[in-house]
Amino acid sequence: MTDTPAIQVERLVKQYPKSKANAVDGASFTVRRGEVFGLLGPNGAGKTTTIGVLITSVLPTSGKASIMGVDVVQDPIEVKRHIAVVPQMNNLDRSLRVREILTFHAAYHGVGRKERETLADKLLQELGLADRKNDKVPRFSGGMTQRLMIARALMHSPDVLFLDEPTNNLDPQSRLFLWDRIRELNQRGLTILLTTHDMDEADRLCERIAVMDNGKLLVNDTPAVLKKMIPGGHSLELHVGTTQQETVTAALRQLPGVTKVDELGSVADQIGVHTFRIYAEEVGSLVGPAAQAVLGVGAEVRDLSVKRPTLEEVFIYLTGRQLR
Amino acid sequence: MKAFLAILRRDIVITKREIVPFLLQSLMQPLFFLFIFGKVLPGMGLAAGNFVAIMLPGIVALTTLLAAMQGVSLPLVLDLGYAREIDDRLLAPLPVAFVAYEKVLFAALRGMIAGSVIFPLAAWILGDRFSVRTDHIPLLIGMIVLTAFTGAGIGLVMGTSIKPEQISLMFTLVFTPLLFTGCTYYPWGQLDHIRWFQVVTLFNPLTYAAEGLRYSMVPPINGHQLKTLGIEWVLFALIASIFGTCLIGARTFRRRVIS
Repeated sequence: MTDTPAIQVERLVKQYPKSKANAVDGASFTVRRGEVFGLLGPNGAGKTTTIGVLITSVLPTSGKASIMGVDVVQDPIEVKRHIAVVPQMNNLDRSLRVREILTFHAAYHGVGRKERETLADKLLQELGLADRKNDKVPRFSGGMTQRLMIARALMHSPDVLFLDEPTNNLDPQSRLFLWDRIRELNQRGLTILLTTHDMDEADRLCERIAVMDNGKLLVNDTPAVLKKMIPGGHSLELHVGTTQQETVTAALRQLPGVTKVDELGSVADQIGVHTFRIYAEEVGSLVGPAAQAVLGVGAEVRDLSVKRPTLEEVFIYLTGRQLR
Repeated sequence: MKAFLAILRRDIVITKREIVPFLLQSLMQPLFFLFIFGKVLPGMGLAAGNFVAIMLPGIVALTTLLAAMQGVSLPLVLDLGYAREIDDRLLAPLPVAFVAYEKVLFAALRGMIAGSVIFPLAAWILGDRFSVRTDHIPLLIGMIVLTAFTGAGIGLVMGTSIKPEQISLMFTLVFTPLLFTGCTYYPWGQLDHIRWFQVVTLFNPLTYAAEGLRYSMVPPINGHQLKTLGIEWVLFALIASIFGTCLIGARTFRRRVIS
């Protein structure tokens, strides 16, 4: 029983009525117990719909999904006992006071009175909300709202926590605070699935990452492995003033150790300046030769930079376009 | 079951905090009606003294039904529209339809309270004109309960099918006809001179609520018992309406919260 995965998704498809394309189009992945798993992708990639199926608020068109071995379609009530959700939008119960939001949530989940009151006080303390416990929530800032929604999610001791864009629209300080809390929760054994379009966030928090685009999973692996997908890891980006892009590309390909040269189109706002990207085992040593090669064909180097292998770069490598 | 009770307790806690606005909202209109029709007009000789005895059950019916209806429709329209405060309850381990049924039960309780408060209020305003027969008390209580659930059921259907931007239009389109075709201010039996209208009123659940309450409340006037719709028809129509609206309402509710 302990080796049933926390989340299992198999060939999941969701097509909304009145929509031609599938919002989720055959996605499959598994999240092990105790893992922090990131679902990445641009807006509209199908992340929120995938979460919707897992938290039983969206019915799949086909395919299967289960939480802790319980099928989300066949037994949604049992699934709800295992999960907790921190949504993108503030959905706190504005009629209740801060502490009541926690105690009532626990009561909905059948937690006894004494237990829920102790736990509420403990969580308010941990998340720095203890002195606001009798406040009403409309006056809360984004960071406090987010912390309160996390506290609420933990009130019934879930096994799997869903965080949908947890730090979107938060100030840097609140982000760091939340990242620390998320790590802490994971260390206590909670399985976490988070969606984000922030590559840096995913890189810092997630053990494994799946990149989603147009309803499909493009890759699914650890951040380190994903970064190695870029040949040689690093890449060299050049902005070149030229009218003969093909000559430049050919010249760059002649350089020693180069595995791939991409011409990424013209630089915004600069007429006649084009972006080239060189992938090689050792791009660092190619900085000089690359510049010379460009000058050698009568073109002009406007800018030259070595790109670290960030997940953002991986995304561009995979999809050929920027994330946002 | 635990979840259901906890959700009910949440609504009760919140209403307790807003008891004064709640009572004001539901009692303002009946209060003025009682005053104008029970005190002012008879004093001018413009309404027969026993008119108020016939009208009082109508006021009880309307107040109960409206309080129950508003108790569920308005919060649901807002919640399903954009507030989404209901999400936390939808994630509780119980079938989502039960979240809708809890709203119905709770709104019905509000309706029953609003309707019951009319009695002491009427006794106070009307003084010795206040007369309610006492030999049908259990039926009277049952009628108030049924009326409240009827209102809550209609509220559930409205609350799950209206979009926030249509609120004011829908309320006009529903309230006004409901109010004036519901035999609130006139007994159904005396409509026989406008036959078509008498038939129209039969499609309004409020008619049955008002007539059933008239049956259980109006004492014999000059030795004559007021003729009302048959009580067995009243009970049948109200129970059918409650089941019908709850079934339809729970279905639209499910469709709104699970896509």
